[in-house]
Amino acid sequence: MSGPSTYQPKNGFTRWLDARLPVMRLVHDSFVAYPTPRNLNYWWTFGAILSFCLAVQIVTGIILAMHYVGHVDLAFASVQRIDRDVPYGWLIQNIHSVGASMFFLAVYIHMFRGLYYGSYKAPREILWILGCIIYLLMVATAFLGYSLPWGQMSFWAATVITNLIGALPVVGESIKNWLMGGFAIDNPTLTRFFSLHYLLPFVIAGVVILHIWALHVSGQNNPAGVDPKDESDTVPFTPHATMKDLFALTVFLILFAIFVFYMPDSLGHPDNYIPANPVVTPPHIVPEWYLLPFYAILRAIDFNVGPIDSKLGGVILMFASIAILFVLPWLDTSKIRSMRYRPVARQFFLIFVAVCIALGWCGQMNPSYSMFTAGEFRAGLHWVEGGQSIQRAVTAESERRAGATFEEAAEAMKAEGAQIVMVDRSSPTDATLTAISGGQLREAELTAHSLDELEAQIAERKAALGAAGVPYVEIERNLPFEFTVTRFAQILTAYYFLFFLVILPLLGLRETPGRVPETIAKSIRGAA
Amino acid sequence: MAETTADAADAPHDAHDAPSRRDFIYVAAGAVGAVGTIAAIWPLIDQMNPAADTRAMATTEIDLAALQEGQQIVATWQGKPVFVRHRTAAEIAAARRDDYAPLKDPATDASRLVQADGKPGNPAFLVLQASCTHLGCVPTFAAGDYRGWMCPCHGSHYDTSGRIRRGPAPLNLAVAPYVYLTETSIRIG
Repeated sequence: MSGPSTYQPKNGFTRWLDARLPVMRLVHDSFVAYPTPRNLNYWWTFGAILSFCLAVQIVTGIILAMHYVGHVDLAFASVQRIDRDVPYGWLIQNIHSVGASMFFLAVYIHMFRGLYYGSYKAPREILWILGCIIYLLMVATAFLGYSLPWGQMSFWAATVITNLIGALPVVGESIKNWLMGGFAIDNPTLTRFFSLHYLLPFVIAGVVILHIWALHVSGQNNPAGVDPKDESDTVPFTPHATMKDLFALTVFLILFAIFVFYMPDSLGHPDNYIPANPVVTPPHIVPEWYLLPFYAILRAIDFNVGPIDSKLGGVILMFASIAILFVLPWLDTSKIRSMRYRPVARQFFLIFVAVCIALGWCGQMNPSYSMFTAGEFRAGLHWVEGGQSIQRAVTAESERRAGATFEEAAEAMKAEGAQIVMVDRSSPTDATLTAISGGQLREAELTAHSLDELEAQIAERKAALGAAGVPYVEIERNLPFEFTVTRFAQILTAYYFLFFLVILPLLGLRETPGRVPETIAKSIRGAA
Repeated sequence: MAETTADAADAPHDAHDAPSRRDFIYVAAGAVGAVGTIAAIWPLIDQMNPAADTRAMATTEIDLAALQEGQQIVATWQGKPVFVRHRTAAEIAAARRDDYAPLKDPATDASRLVQADGKPGNPAFLVLQASCTHLGCVPTFAAGDYRGWMCPCHGSHYDTSGRIRRGPAPLNLAVAPYVYLTETSIRIG
């Protein structure tokens, strides 16, 4: 896109250098003369903001590593020391932890920008895939970094995530122990997480260079999604893009500073101020906000699919939700890049954004929390006061027939005048039936607003009756339809995958795109 | 390969079709090089596995005498928490009564007491790995519908035999491998 180099060395030294190492030429061609489309909006400033975020994390991180101690007994205290005793340590540590959140905020805007304006389509597939790799590396780095302060959330997040790998069949357990360097999260885990947390940002920096390289080969996309026709459709990177990026960065820094100075802990979890304790689990384990949607997808699978159990199913879907981004350029069949000219796709895109946010909400909720229930939870209790009990042993022919046999026997005893019959199974095919006849049949109806509440009431009533000398209570549960966070997350997860696997491929073949105005389809001066 | 096989002495057949001795040497050298590279990388990968001192801490001995009926202690074995529960008669009875109830992961109470050497255990003392089979949280003692354990993370209920009864966990709490050293002491691992 950038064409032949226009760099002119100005003096003897730069001419001498240019003949030996044309580094000034590279900078000039990439960041000064580089033509950027005229019509870029502010969504295009996040590339520069992200570069800034990476630089901030690397610089503050290197400083923090001078004071941090990577040992299970000392790590928590060393972070506290950075916050309290090290000169400006509070500032640097806050910038680093808030910076992670800001980095993800910016990368999500950047990714949604790419999705909306079709920046992943030809010829920018490699550019998009490199971006996905950077995102994956960011997730890994953030996860490793979150475990370093060795608070309760650090420890248990590390436990939950390594357990995910243990869900893999056959090799899962060995890989898990290999990653942890032991049989549980412990000092060997912490030291390797520290080492890798230090390494990965530099890998990210390397991939960022490739990302920018690919960008400068294919040129930037733009809000119209129509490639610039000639030079008049573009402006030089400096000063136009440089100044615009700097302005956007300044606005972004205001938000950054508000968090750093006024609410540095608001994006984290208070439990991470409790030192890690391997024998006590915090009541509610959640990842940092930027990983909540994936956590929701992970937990959405609460059923087994054939040989794949619910845990492995969740793990597969969670990784698939990121993996699918890699093949997106070949899933979207539409030749039109910008959703400005795809009115139907645009509606689906907006739903997709809402779904991602709703998944984040699901991720931080208790998965069994009822969003609404169709009616109350009821249980009918029957018991007999007084009366005599008769016991009868019953043997079924086979294990498969056992349930039906015991039920028939119980019905027979009821026909003989028993008030209630209780079945105690003593082996797969044997049971002792206790029938109580005579006495007074009593019943009670329990109602509650949740299953937990109902079960608690049943347990309480059973204990009270047991103390009053009533050994047998018949319980009949009547549960209403319940719409839990898990069900909601399942619907959202389904949309997430449908959007990529069905909606985008079909829509590109069927939709009628909006008309691109003449003024955009042609170059500014070329039209005249 | 065309250049190297041009020498007629090395290539008795047509240089373009038949593999020459030089081709063979290239492939053989390449294969040896690949094996050597893998052998050189292996230590760099294997170093992450549990080290000798970590593996050496693989057993834990516990004195049961101090453990009163109705109590449990949380011991650590290989860095992981382990429940040792001294069950009451009522808890044992409740566990046995449900041996053939509809269970997500069917197991009898007796099968969960068996020692690592295959001998039957003492029903009073249940030794389990304290890690919820859902995502590895430590369940809370004597809580939940069945008064066994309840996991605070995602609400899995376990009975007094540590079997999963309600909630997202797929399996029963795993039995920790243990043996009785004396009447009142056990070794885990």
